[in-house]
Amino acid sequence: MQYPIYLDYSATSPVDPRVAQKMSECLTLEANFGNPASRSHMFGWKAEEAVETARRQVADLINCDPREIVWTSGATEADNLAIKGAAHFYSKQGKHIITSKIEHKAVLDSCRQLEREGFEVTYLDPAESGIITPEQVAAAIRPDTILVSLMHVNNEIGVINDIEAIGKITREKNVIFHVDAAQSTGKIDIDLDKMPVDLMSLTAHKVYGPKGIGALFVRRKPRVRIEPQMHGGGHERGMRSGTLATHQIVGMGEAYRIAKAEMHEENARILALRDRLLDGLKDIEEVYVNGDLAHRVASNLNISFNFVEGESLMMALRDLAVSSGSACTSASLEPSYVLRAIGLNDELAHSSLRISLGRFTQEAEIDYAIGKIHEAVAKLRELSPLWDMFKDGVDLNQVKWAAH
Amino acid sequence: MAYSDKVLDHYENPRNVGKMDDKDINVGTGMVGAPACGDVMRLQIRVNDQGVIEDAKFKTYGCGSAIASSSLLTEWVKGRSLEEATLIRNKDIAEELGLPPVKIHCSVLAEDAIKAAIEDVRNKRKAQQ
Repeated sequence: MQYPIYLDYSATSPVDPRVAQKMSECLTLEANFGNPASRSHMFGWKAEEAVETARRQVADLINCDPREIVWTSGATEADNLAIKGAAHFYSKQGKHIITSKIEHKAVLDSCRQLEREGFEVTYLDPAESGIITPEQVAAAIRPDTILVSLMHVNNEIGVINDIEAIGKITREKNVIFHVDAAQSTGKIDIDLDKMPVDLMSLTAHKVYGPKGIGALFVRRKPRVRIEPQMHGGGHERGMRSGTLATHQIVGMGEAYRIAKAEMHEENARILALRDRLLDGLKDIEEVYVNGDLAHRVASNLNISFNFVEGESLMMALRDLAVSSGSACTSASLEPSYVLRAIGLNDELAHSSLRISLGRFTQEAEIDYAIGKIHEAVAKLRELSPLWDMFKDGVDLNQVKWAAH
Repeated sequence: MAYSDKVLDHYENPRNVGKMDDKDINVGTGMVGAPACGDVMRLQIRVNDQGVIEDAKFKTYGCGSAIASSSLLTEWVKGRSLEEATLIRNKDIAEELGLPPVKIHCSVLAEDAIKAAIEDVRNKRKAQQ
């Protein structure tokens, strides 16, 4: 085993060697280095062909038309383009947008920017499960609503929204529906022929492709319009200018091709490992799984160890690369806004670990992680005055804390 | 975040972890911080009749820097008089441990803890007189 063990696949994934090989064939003079927009020579044609193959591969995974794929630099740019682009285009029809409190910052901050420009945004509260229901969306839609933006799978808790049911509502109400699918591609089936989604953000680096490349699905039938956010040479049918990065695009295409071919088998294997991990941890006292376990991607486990602070826990787990919802891991001193929004108290939010598994995770690594987590929790509880108080039967909610 | 060797040392081998009887007249208890903020420190000192701190114990819920700050503090206060112990400043703790700016609040909490513990034992003794 190699240490530290990587268990943070929701943050990013290593590039699959098959993907890296394809990418390396698009760089040097001898290889496919041309500008896909060059129409006057072989170099451009070859590059264009590679880009179009990749476009088909990406479209195949989510079952859409390749002409509905617009390359971007990643999911953050796709979110910005979708939300600002649609809001600006449809602003004459209304200025109301619906999203949720547990969206990725790329969505929330795009909405904040639109608020500064005079739009009004409704932030839906998820249930304790972390799920946004179609009924909530239906109840929030007003005559001036132009856009609903919700994530398919949450990045912290891995919980899955029923975007097909939500899409039926938005379609019926003639509201544009944007879905951030950064955490769902390759993890669950996406069929845009059946799902009434209008705009979908995609990324390569969570699916064993390279960082720095993503795409926005823009539906053609019924046609969805967006205003470009990046102006220039009119690439990507004017929706996103900028020379196409052939090697990045080819990498994303190959990564999505592999995902389509292997995802079912792979996710079954990962689910078995996740179950093994949870089985190994659930006998620890005062352990809580955050968010709905049944409606969750196989790779994610978000779990809180009460009375143990997340950063010190990660310090004890230096052999494991995981992440925490504790305040101390971020620049702000607030614990995870996602965990707070699904109703966790601050203590449990501070005590959380996100463990995310992937293609290269091995059973021996999971067993090692289980042992290490047991040791670390025991050690830190021995050090914890809160654990003492809990064991003495003190109700921590009744204690008057000297907050600082 | 990279931790200094001293923080790691205190975190790996915390000194004076434990609990004293907080009803004991010679024991001062300082409990500071809040679970909501991600750190709670409980510092306890045993003071003899000459006003010298004979023993100190701590338990801390918090990040590595908070644990190290309280562990270091227990080492520093042992053998000091209450007056001397009041002179400990968070700056000294932060310097000794090489805490980065975002972790300065951990050393502030440790200073608050020793002050609270001293006040507690003084109040107890006053109440008895």
